[in-house]
Amino acid sequence: MTATTTAPSAAPDHTRPTVRPPAGRLRAWATRAPLLPALIFMIAVTQLPFVATLVISFFDWNALYPDARSFAGFANYGDVLGDPALRKSVWTTILLTVAVVLASLVLGLALALLLDRKFKGRGVVRTLMIAPFLVVPVAAALLWKHVLYNPEYGLLNGLLHYVGGPQPDWISSTPLLAVEASLVWQWTPFMMLILLAGLQSRDQQQIEAARVDGAGDWQIFVHLTLPHLRRYLELGALLGSIYIVQNFDAVFTITSGGLGTANLPYTVYQSFYQAHENGLASAAGVLVVIGSIIIATFALRVVSSLFREEVGRA
Amino acid sequence: MTATAVRPVVTDAKPPVRTRRRAGAGLGLVAWLVGIVFFLPIAWMALTSFHSEADAATNPPSFAASLTLDGYREFFGAGGGASPWPALINSAVASIASTLFVLVLALPAAYALSIRPVKKWTDVLFFFLSTKMLPVVAGLLPIYLFAKNTDMLDNIWLLVILYTSMNLPIAVWMMQSFLAEVPVAIIEAARVDGAKLPTILVRVVAPIALPGIAATSLICFIFSWNELLFARVLTGVVAETAPVFLTGFITSQGLFLAKVCAASLVISLPVLAAGFAAQDKLVQGLSLGAVK
Repeated sequence: MTATTTAPSAAPDHTRPTVRPPAGRLRAWATRAPLLPALIFMIAVTQLPFVATLVISFFDWNALYPDARSFAGFANYGDVLGDPALRKSVWTTILLTVAVVLASLVLGLALALLLDRKFKGRGVVRTLMIAPFLVVPVAAALLWKHVLYNPEYGLLNGLLHYVGGPQPDWISSTPLLAVEASLVWQWTPFMMLILLAGLQSRDQQQIEAARVDGAGDWQIFVHLTLPHLRRYLELGALLGSIYIVQNFDAVFTITSGGLGTANLPYTVYQSFYQAHENGLASAAGVLVVIGSIIIATFALRVVSSLFREEVGRA
Repeated sequence: MTATAVRPVVTDAKPPVRTRRRAGAGLGLVAWLVGIVFFLPIAWMALTSFHSEADAATNPPSFAASLTLDGYREFFGAGGGASPWPALINSAVASIASTLFVLVLALPAAYALSIRPVKKWTDVLFFFLSTKMLPVVAGLLPIYLFAKNTDMLDNIWLLVILYTSMNLPIAVWMMQSFLAEVPVAIIEAARVDGAKLPTILVRVVAPIALPGIAATSLICFIFSWNELLFARVLTGVVAETAPVFLTGFITSQGLFLAKVCAASLVISLPVLAAGFAAQDKLVQGLSLGAVK
């Protein structure tokens, strides 16, 4: 289902020199054979459940009343789109994803620019900065919820205490921002790594030439670095979106979906795991997929263009 | 921390070398500061895990309180709570077994997509990638119903299968890009010299591709170890994994910060270790091989 809608035609076959055996039907199957187990496995485990979700989404089906299952057409979709709580969760998902991706992208760019320069202990600083990404997501969410945000003895209010600042209850007063901050902390290192790789693949000779011609650091940044980084920024934004649209751990841990922070994955989880509304959950799931396919179409295009460049270079 | 600190000053002429060097040292200091700010929550988590519960819950924070292992003792069940060992072992089984399955499936596939590619190999590669973009929640309900009807609920091997499918596309992409780095000329030369396929794989391909395969395995391990949604929905008492165990700390239980910190740190240690070991190839893996 996804392959047909999303995969753009990538590099042509002849770009990479390869070992080609003599033609023949048997030979062709021998070439294909190593691929088949992985391919069949992926289709069985990822595509079939999705087809099932699609089918269930057209049924009125509450797991507590299994006998009352009936075909409902698009009624579930009507319910999902008409339910203010679900509509709000669509909006929350968009807000959460956009805010986290943008903030971590801007911060990640700043960090990547800092780390692109040579200074004492660069390797150590890089390691320190990657660390937040390598904390188990639930553990990171617990750390923010209990250890940093706690209004009475959390670290944030503790540090505010020193400067005589206010002692806010972070999660109750700004719940969505609290979830977003913890995610930005975890995802900034990811963006930094991708953008740093982009910075280090710049053409140094070109930069030197521009400098000899009298270009300042700022001009070089705007006219050479940013255009070169464009696709790395796109890639970071799109991969980040794909992961954060699906985020469940932080919402589940920090607010348990309360205080208006329930995003679509959490709502889907809740509507079938707690409310046992199978049909509704499936319809909401299909909506998440449609949203993801829109992002994924762009993502695949960016990956494909980077990929074509790599293959062309090889 | 702010972007303005990074931006070089706009100048009309090239600044003299000395100011340039001084600005460089200043920015190095900024980088150190930002690195420490980012690491601070983890450092504080580590410090708190070694404090007593009373010292962990003070405002202002007690930085120099005496150290104790009580938080760890509590976490490992000394105070009568559930022991985390079954969850840790389940996570280890799920992560290691799924990573092995991924290797068994992905290596031949990557071979058929790089060294001796099938026709339309790029389309196949992009099919694998597109499955990664299908959100987990979309298939969750049918998988749950299937597991319920086949008595596979609360069975760690169900998670092994799901984690294999979760990581297989990443692994195929990464390994395809690592195997593509093996020069075709060397393989041809070995073939001309009369080497058979197994010999070529072991003697020629493996030595070049091994670091990449190792990094791929570590990244698959991290993703499986971290996973929460499937584990939360599909496991119960028996097959509970470490992240599900951690969700037991979501609601506050009086003074328990040292215990939470000890638990979070212990459960994150394998990921931190694997991540730092794979540091050089981390970007390539996370960007699905698009960035090298």
